[in-house]
Amino acid sequence: MEDDAPVIYGLEFQVGLEETGGRCRLWLTRTCKRAHTDGKDSGLPGQGLGRRDQLGGWPSKAEGRHGPQRASARPAGARALTPQTAETDAIRFLVGTQSLKYDNQIHIIDFDDENNIINKNVLLHQAGEIWHISASPADKGVLATCYNKTSDSRVQACAAVWRMPKELESGSHESPDDPASNAQTLELLCHLDNGAHGNVACVVWEPMGDGKKVISLADSHILLWDLQASSSQAVHIHAVGLSGSFLRFIFSTPCLYSDGLYCQIYCIENAHGQLVRDLDFNPNKQYYLASCGDDCKVKFWDTRNVTEPVKTLEEHSHWVWSVRYNHSHDQLVLTGSSDSRVILSNMVSISSEPFGHLVDDDDVSDPEEHHAEKSKEPLQDNVIATYEEQEDSVYAVDWASADPWLFASLSYDGRLVINRVPRALKYHILL
Amino acid sequence: MAAAAAVGPGPGDSPEGPEADAPGRRRKTHGMLKLYYGLSEGEAAGYSAGPDSLDPTDLNGAHFDPEVYLDKLRRECPLAQLMDSETDMVRQIRALDSDMQTLVYENYNKFISATDTIRKMKNDFRKMEDEMDRLATNMAVITNFSARISATLQDRHERITKLAGVHALLRKLQFLFELPSRLTKCVELGAYGQAVRYQGRARAVLQQYQHLPSFRAIQDDCQVITARLAQQLRQRFREGCSGAPEQAECVELLLALGEPAEELCEEFLAHARGRLEEELRSLETDLGPSPPAPDVLEFTDRGGNGFVGGLCQVAATYQELFAAQGPAGAEKLAAFARELGGRYFVLVERRLAQEQGGSDNSLLVRALDRFHRRLQAPGALLAAAGLSELATEIVERVARERLSHHLQGLRAAFLSCLTDVRQALAAPRLAGKEGPSLAELLANVASSILSPIKASLASVHLFTAKEVSFSNKPYFRGEFCSQGVREGLIVGFIRSMCQTAQSFCDSPGEKGGATPPALLLLLSRLCLDYETATISYILTLTDEQFLVQDQSPVTPVSTLCAEARETARRLLTHYVKVQGLVISQMLRKSVETRDWLSTLEPRNVRAVMKRVVEDTTAIDVQVGLLYEEGVRKAQSSDSSKRTFSVYSSSRQQSRYAPSYTPSAPMDTNLLSNIQKLFSERIDVFSPVEFNKVSVLTGIIKISLKTLLECVRLRTFGRFGLQQVQVDCHFLQLYLWRFVADEELVHLLLDEVVASAALRCPDPVPMEPSVVEVICERG
Repeated sequence: MEDDAPVIYGLEFQVGLEETGGRCRLWLTRTCKRAHTDGKDSGLPGQGLGRRDQLGGWPSKAEGRHGPQRASARPAGARALTPQTAETDAIRFLVGTQSLKYDNQIHIIDFDDENNIINKNVLLHQAGEIWHISASPADKGVLATCYNKTSDSRVQACAAVWRMPKELESGSHESPDDPASNAQTLELLCHLDNGAHGNVACVVWEPMGDGKKVISLADSHILLWDLQASSSQAVHIHAVGLSGSFLRFIFSTPCLYSDGLYCQIYCIENAHGQLVRDLDFNPNKQYYLASCGDDCKVKFWDTRNVTEPVKTLEEHSHWVWSVRYNHSHDQLVLTGSSDSRVILSNMVSISSEPFGHLVDDDDVSDPEEHHAEKSKEPLQDNVIATYEEQEDSVYAVDWASADPWLFASLSYDGRLVINRVPRALKYHILL
Repeated sequence: MAAAAAVGPGPGDSPEGPEADAPGRRRKTHGMLKLYYGLSEGEAAGYSAGPDSLDPTDLNGAHFDPEVYLDKLRRECPLAQLMDSETDMVRQIRALDSDMQTLVYENYNKFISATDTIRKMKNDFRKMEDEMDRLATNMAVITNFSARISATLQDRHERITKLAGVHALLRKLQFLFELPSRLTKCVELGAYGQAVRYQGRARAVLQQYQHLPSFRAIQDDCQVITARLAQQLRQRFREGCSGAPEQAECVELLLALGEPAEELCEEFLAHARGRLEEELRSLETDLGPSPPAPDVLEFTDRGGNGFVGGLCQVAATYQELFAAQGPAGAEKLAAFARELGGRYFVLVERRLAQEQGGSDNSLLVRALDRFHRRLQAPGALLAAAGLSELATEIVERVARERLSHHLQGLRAAFLSCLTDVRQALAAPRLAGKEGPSLAELLANVASSILSPIKASLASVHLFTAKEVSFSNKPYFRGEFCSQGVREGLIVGFIRSMCQTAQSFCDSPGEKGGATPPALLLLLSRLCLDYETATISYILTLTDEQFLVQDQSPVTPVSTLCAEARETARRLLTHYVKVQGLVISQMLRKSVETRDWLSTLEPRNVRAVMKRVVEDTTAIDVQVGLLYEEGVRKAQSSDSSKRTFSVYSSSRQQSRYAPSYTPSAPMDTNLLSNIQKLFSERIDVFSPVEFNKVSVLTGIIKISLKTLLECVRLRTFGRFGLQQVQVDCHFLQLYLWRFVADEELVHLLLDEVVASAALRCPDPVPMEPSVVEVICERG
């Protein structure tokens, strides 16, 4: 198995593995029992992998996708994706589905890097279709979702904090044959509801915090919540009104709002020509942040001087929905766009290690090596790779929390693709 | 016989006989003569002959033997030939005999007359001898007398010579004794030249005889007077009121008086400096802080006549006077000229700088020409001072500045032209009546850019006119044409034009900003026109007017064209984005602001869709004014109806019907997936081509993709879905005709409806026939 091959997971109960390079593509599908009762076709991805030899001769992507295994039972959209932040050993992503007609689910997707196996568990999220999901940084089992409650003539966006069943917290030990039938249900911890402020757009945990503080964004307001000891109750402690479109206003690092005192630190007027869709702070240089929006651009800002963007990327050909910094190597920036592409960029010049990996002081004793280090050509800002595995708009991308070289992207048609940073670049950064 | 032999060889004496025989016969005659005169056989053979002459059968040979010849004839010849040769021979003998007789007769007469002549000469000579003898005796007598007279006059002649010498000496002495008084007189009368000449004549003598007391006294007197003379001369020299020629005379006299030349140089130059500085001062007052009264031509004229003329005169006089000073003197003069010239140039440059703002090139060029021409003369005199080079440099500098001034002018013209266009574009809306069309505006802009370019070229061309004195300098022949005019002015302007145009693409506002889309379109077309024709036209024009001889590399036409094309492309792409954004915003608002869950059953196409179609049509018209139609994908040219009915009935049904019936729950997704497999990925914001269809396709793509994404963010009720269905059908009805590939519109609209269906908890699509009816009604 090639190391850089993406791993594709369809929320419609399919798992795909494909090798890049166009030689052959192999789809390992876990079909729903309702669609296919044939026991051989369902089963563990591991078994599927075993079948790779058998199916390996499929000549083309197109043919593979025509295969009956690809057929899915439910039309379901998906927009919500998050890594399980508190998990530091396993590579695990949480994906929320969007369906108006069926029960929505949260898929817990484990990726076994060594064996290239995808393992998943399904949790029912009956409250409504999930628009946004975020995992607690402190407790593996806790997550927050934003969801739409649809009644007859009203759609209301709510947010809630949930706890997943204990046995799923640290990965799956068993994989039920029919995930849908015996899917477990999330345990509701609390609603983040406030009658005064309506539709919640997203929920953000205090990064690096103890999992007690949550911010939600609702109707141009920022609400700060304190989860009480058992996390069973959320106390709304602060609300701040915002004017204008929600993402025009930028909130900064945890320390600045931990006292419960807000102040607007800065405001980037006209950050993007059209709507701003997402933003992310550089985890290692917190005055840098990246934003993206409907003008197809990704802009990097220095919050100390917000009049001009530091850098602008114009690689996408449609709206950019999501931008994420790599947590360990912040020169790696991931963007997902509705042109169905995921682009991995290398923004060395504004990263925390602009001259490559710095030599530790201990190593300086060897002048030769030191010299060699200095003479190494610094990387230029560039696009590392454009991933075109997705076929519909990509609404979410994120890095795995446990492995800095792995990331996932989620498209509207419910396909999750897990890719690796190209090995050459990885070694270049590490060595 | 002897006489005959002597005369015989004369030319033409053998009237008969074949021509070919002539040399042979003559040879034989020679041989006989030689025999007669006793020349040795060997000598004769040495130059007359070959071995043939020894041949005894040769009738003309010296060794002819009749017997042998006869034998030979008898042996070899037939009778007839013998007879012939015999007759021939008899004839020849007869001819020879008559020849001989004639010759003898003629020569005898001549001989007789020669004898008479000789006899007469003998008599004459005898008489002459007697007279010569008498002459000799007389000469001897004369010599004798002459010797006696000389002897008598000898001592008297000596005395006379001595007396003459004494007389000369006395006159010299008298001159010397009179010298002081003469000098005084001369000095009093002001005849300095005379005085200096006297002094010069006497100086050496006085010097020589100064040990004699009387001469000494004279010398002392002279010296005193000379000192006074020098004093007066200096005085006159310093007074300075006199003109340069008189001064030169003073200096000349002083030099003749043996005054130290170096000191004189200094004084001379100092004096000249005073005068020239006065000129400079008057020029400076002309320059003045107040606006310059005389125009630049007058100024340079005055400078040329006053200062440069003065400088020339000074230099010429100096060189005449102090030529003996050698290189040191020349150096002094050069330094002098350099310094004053430098100051003059500063003034001239200040004056020219004031001229930079002006637009009249011809006056400036004429002024520069005069300035430069005037400086050519001292340039020849003062090569070391390098004034000519400096002047050329100034001219070059001015030319450069002119070029940059013209470039600025062109830029300003372009910008003002853009402002005009903006106003023209804004005006019709205010006035409510039809303004000039885009095509007219484009023509206006093109001409109002081209004419200043031509004007600039023409006025810059004055610098290289043949009659201008500096036009044959290497700078003006080479660099000025290629680097200055072609690169700096023309290429620079075209580049800056492209840049200005491009700057409209990245206006910071990004919402279309203040730039009206029509302007983008117009500029794009303008750049494209430049790419296709205008650039090469302008450059050809330039190259023709300024025969570029420089070898330095110039920007090729193709590079410029590529730049212009790129600009045009960017502008057009930006235009598409801006217009797409306008329509997208309409669609976005219409989707976002509506409550789709509780909407009523659709009766009409929503107004916003009509507006979208109207706007698209307007854009189509606008683009059509400037761009060609472009190529559509070959499709059934039949009207939209048929295509649409396929879309609406069969395809749409096959797409929706199954997904809402529980029997086949998976078909929708399968179908949509399969369809996606066969459709290419749509690059929404993709570069456009230069034609109307491509532009419209781009705009529609952007709009429909926006619609799609907005629909995906909403939740629809049953009637909401139906409304979307109606709207999409309506769009389909009207938009297909604008795009290159109508499949694209189908695809995107399908996607919109499918997404709406997905976002609907209760998806019950409207009957296609009803949809059609509503659309046709609306």
